[in-house]
Amino acid sequence: MSHTLLVILGTALLGLAAGIVGVLAMLRRQALLGDVLAHATLPGLALAFLVVASKQIEALLLGAIVSCVAAALTVWILDRWTRLKADARLGLVLGVFFGTGMAVLGSVQDVPGGGQAGLEAYLFGKPAGMLQRDLVWLSVLASVCLMLVVLCYKEFQLLTFDATFARAQGWPVQFLDVLLLGLVLLVVVIGLPVVGVVMVSAMLILPAATARFWTNRLHLLLLLAGTLGASMGVVGTLISTHIPELPAGPTIILSGTVFFALSLLFGAKRGLLIRRR
Amino acid sequence: MQAKANGETVLDVHDVTVAYDRQPVLWDVDWTLREPALVAIVGPNGAGKSTLLKAILGLVPLLSGEVRLFGQPVSRVRPLVAYVPQRESVDWDYPATVFDVVLMGTYGRLGWFRRPGKAERDLARRCLEQLGLSGLEYRQIGELSGGQQQRLFLARALAQQAEIYLMDEPLAGVDAATERVFWTLLQELRQQNRTVIVVHHDLRSVPERFEQVVLLNTRIIASGPTQEVFTPENLQRTYGGRLMILEEAGQLLPRTRRP
Repeated sequence: MSHTLLVILGTALLGLAAGIVGVLAMLRRQALLGDVLAHATLPGLALAFLVVASKQIEALLLGAIVSCVAAALTVWILDRWTRLKADARLGLVLGVFFGTGMAVLGSVQDVPGGGQAGLEAYLFGKPAGMLQRDLVWLSVLASVCLMLVVLCYKEFQLLTFDATFARAQGWPVQFLDVLLLGLVLLVVVIGLPVVGVVMVSAMLILPAATARFWTNRLHLLLLLAGTLGASMGVVGTLISTHIPELPAGPTIILSGTVFFALSLLFGAKRGLLIRRR
Repeated sequence: MQAKANGETVLDVHDVTVAYDRQPVLWDVDWTLREPALVAIVGPNGAGKSTLLKAILGLVPLLSGEVRLFGQPVSRVRPLVAYVPQRESVDWDYPATVFDVVLMGTYGRLGWFRRPGKAERDLARRCLEQLGLSGLEYRQIGELSGGQQQRLFLARALAQQAEIYLMDEPLAGVDAATERVFWTLLQELRQQNRTVIVVHHDLRSVPERFEQVVLLNTRIIASGPTQEVFTPENLQRTYGGRLMILEEAGQLLPRTRRP
């Protein structure tokens, strides 16, 4: 398999998973969660790098996951024990974790054999650096997301539409929320080396927000967002291979932005130019 | 169903206290409903009426006390309880059709992973018909009027096929047509020997529509048969100084109380 094909497949799979999970996160009003989790991976990444003193991907992913879970727990604790509102909690955790990560990263440069050059991929993304092993991970991610969402479609629908009613019916809403959080976390951590900290959260939100202009049905929304996510991965990667000066992370997001802008104007259900009423 | 047959007390709220941020919302609430009935919960704003419904449903933590439905904790009789939340509690911009939302009423009985089948779809259609929403199945829910949205929530609760229906302000800001449909629905449920507990704010309709009433202002002021409990004195104690509406309600009483 040519390397370009591998990269295209990889970004398509990531886009598919991110699009589907992003719809659920958006409907549960957790659109910013991806952003927070992505930034919160940094201290874990840097520490893992410090400990194993290499760019071994498993160690880095583990560090990122631990760090994400710590951030999610912090958000939850702040919710439980303080009266801070959701936006303040998220902003606080994002800043503190990212700041800590940058500080740790600064000291990484002093480690012999270190140098933060390798970690740059995690900040800004580097799809071209994708290996066959990454593709395997991305396929696993996409399958897990697809399977869970197909299997628990009605559970997620209930959770995102009316969580109070869901609890009254006896559904474990907190568990479903953790499940959704887990999906977002997976997308973020696996997508991180591909598109980078900032852009992975855009990958979650852009397809979902774009698809919403075209349909009022949840299953179509999921289908469309998944397709859009995959398409922006493919288009972005293709543009980047033809214009080597442009890194693929930004071109992926920019293609998504073009889809979004077109939908904003011409979307069949809620586009600005084709309002039904 | 089995619970109904062995003649258990329908609902027993025992010494329940609930607080939000250390501020008591319900204080030592003690209330027993022995027979199926149409019940109104009335009281001023902030009296804890919605919280009482949520406490019965196990949706808020109890500081003390316990709730039993048909002699059992609510977690064991979920399929027997239906809930109509306040209309404003959800985002009506959500990507769903009218039919999608009624079907949600059947999800509790379906359990994990199972999809609604023909039986559930037929039931959902009947519930929509009963509330006068036939023909609107594939409308986006945001396109409905306020009254239609409220009827949709009632239809969803109906699809739960429960023994007890807990409804939070089902008549808040609805049109006359919805009101008529609502009172008919209440009568039908009563004829099937179901219990309906309604958080209600229109005092005038209480004596003629509800057999039992709970007067609530953080504590229970009075509860029991409407004819005995819904008195000007009790209302005065429930609402304190805010008497404007009360006098009207008081005037209604002597009429309805006469045999």
